[in-house]
Amino acid sequence: MTGNSATVTVADAPVAGRAGGAAAFRRTLPGRIVLLLVFGFLYLPIAVLVMLSFNDSGLPTAWSGFSTRWYSALLGNSDILRAAWNTLVVAIFATLVSTILGTLLALGMETRRRKSNGLEALAFAPMVIPDIVLAVALLTFFSRLGLTMGLHTIIVSHVVFDLAFVCSVVRARLKHFDFSIVEASRDLGASGWTTFWRVTFPVLLPSIVAGALLAFTLSVDEFIIAFFTAGAGRSSITLPMQIYSMIRFGITPEVNALATIVMGVSATALLISQWLNKEQVR
Amino acid sequence: MSFNAARPNLLAAPGVAWLVTFMVVPCLLVLSYAFFQRGVWGGIEYTFTLENFARVADPLYARIFLNSARIALTTTAIAILIAYPAAYAIARAPRTRQPILLFFAVLPFWSNYLIRTYAWIVLLNREGLINNLLRSMGYTGEPLSLLYTEAAVITGLVYNYLPFVILAIYSTLSRLNPELMEASRDLGAGPVRTFLRVTLPLSLPGVAAGGVFVFVLSIGNFVTPALLGGGRFQMVGNLVYDQFLTANDWPFGAALGAALIVTMIVLLFVQARATARASGESREAQA
Repeated sequence: MTGNSATVTVADAPVAGRAGGAAAFRRTLPGRIVLLLVFGFLYLPIAVLVMLSFNDSGLPTAWSGFSTRWYSALLGNSDILRAAWNTLVVAIFATLVSTILGTLLALGMETRRRKSNGLEALAFAPMVIPDIVLAVALLTFFSRLGLTMGLHTIIVSHVVFDLAFVCSVVRARLKHFDFSIVEASRDLGASGWTTFWRVTFPVLLPSIVAGALLAFTLSVDEFIIAFFTAGAGRSSITLPMQIYSMIRFGITPEVNALATIVMGVSATALLISQWLNKEQVR
Repeated sequence: MSFNAARPNLLAAPGVAWLVTFMVVPCLLVLSYAFFQRGVWGGIEYTFTLENFARVADPLYARIFLNSARIALTTTAIAILIAYPAAYAIARAPRTRQPILLFFAVLPFWSNYLIRTYAWIVLLNREGLINNLLRSMGYTGEPLSLLYTEAAVITGLVYNYLPFVILAIYSTLSRLNPELMEASRDLGAGPVRTFLRVTLPLSLPGVAAGGVFVFVLSIGNFVTPALLGGGRFQMVGNLVYDQFLTANDWPFGAALGAALIVTMIVLLFVQARATARASGESREAQA
């Protein structure tokens, strides 16, 4: 997936680093300039888009006053509303399934006595495989089976990469997990089931939620695989597919408003996900 | 849950089953299509052939492959040149500020790819922001055609994948043992020499990891060339897309996809080997 192929999530990044210590401001000045430039490059295009969404004329030619008319226009666009609804359905189901499967997979992989290279590769592959390849593979697979494609096939396909990401987030937490508390619980007479719900699960919960939020974001934003596995009908168009057809041939002011909303939702989900990840490391 | 010998496999089973059914099997299936002929009406004729692979090497398509590789390589080089100083600056920032800097460097990466690409249409368009700024600064000539150029495609790819490269380089830089740099300085090397002889070589695994991913993602990309290249720049991703959705030549599309996967596996393998060797040499160097 275009954006999904990262193998390292933000959560994996080591918090430890070289301390700046008593370093003089002089030494950090070039660093500050570099960061300012790079962050400018990363955020300026997005900032322009957000500002434009509130521009009355909707065009980048001139600022003609603050307005939310493009947001109102979205509410009147039935294509966009249906696409948004489809996206939500896909993301919710894909997140539910992938969170359960991904968490179980993480537990299975981290509690194995010996690391299995095959298993590692299998859980890693969805994050690195070019999305166009997975997309055509799934299209071929579904049509070979003679399945009618629609939202259900998008959900099934999204679970593939979503579960890999959930698995990697939960595994990162399990690596710091002290399994002796599980033994302690068993020694004190708790059943395996009780131990899981009263000991293991509460410890893992923040990372499971973080993984779920990540899966949700990825699913909401995923375009190529959805595009290939949605089937022919217009009824199963998702928001990214709708955006693609709108921006294919230039700028439509409504897209600016839509893009702002979508980015706002993603950023919020990621902020919560990151915050949960940080809380649990403490 | 007690973690005895049988449980782990039981726990992993549903996820493994899902990945095998909906990733491994489909990939093998599409790969098998590459060995069959295209039917007269666009379907699959189950006659064994290697013709599809021969066509991948056909000058017409080989040129697209090489062209994509060139664009992907340029993207990779530029992304590393921008990402390295940024990752270095983050790694040198006060320890408490690093996670937040890193988070904001990576945040765009997780937001919608299409939207990030669209933002560049807004900037580069003939009626776009850059042309408007030029005009307001007194430029009166024809608006610049910035969009639908190779430079626009490369800019879009760099923009989209930069956060990932920053993350990859930062993760090696932040694990370097600062004592090594101090030792180098104590032994009389200046900051430049210390950087070139100590820091840079030790951070190459991160550079390689980031670079390989940008390359693989760029060469297989079809959204950015379609949107910022205006369809004028065929890349391997677009070619695969066309075979499946327009030309209806699935066997050839499958062969192209296979070529893409092989490229990726080879690069990942080389990178993994290089990293393993580097980390073997510098095990003490890692804090």
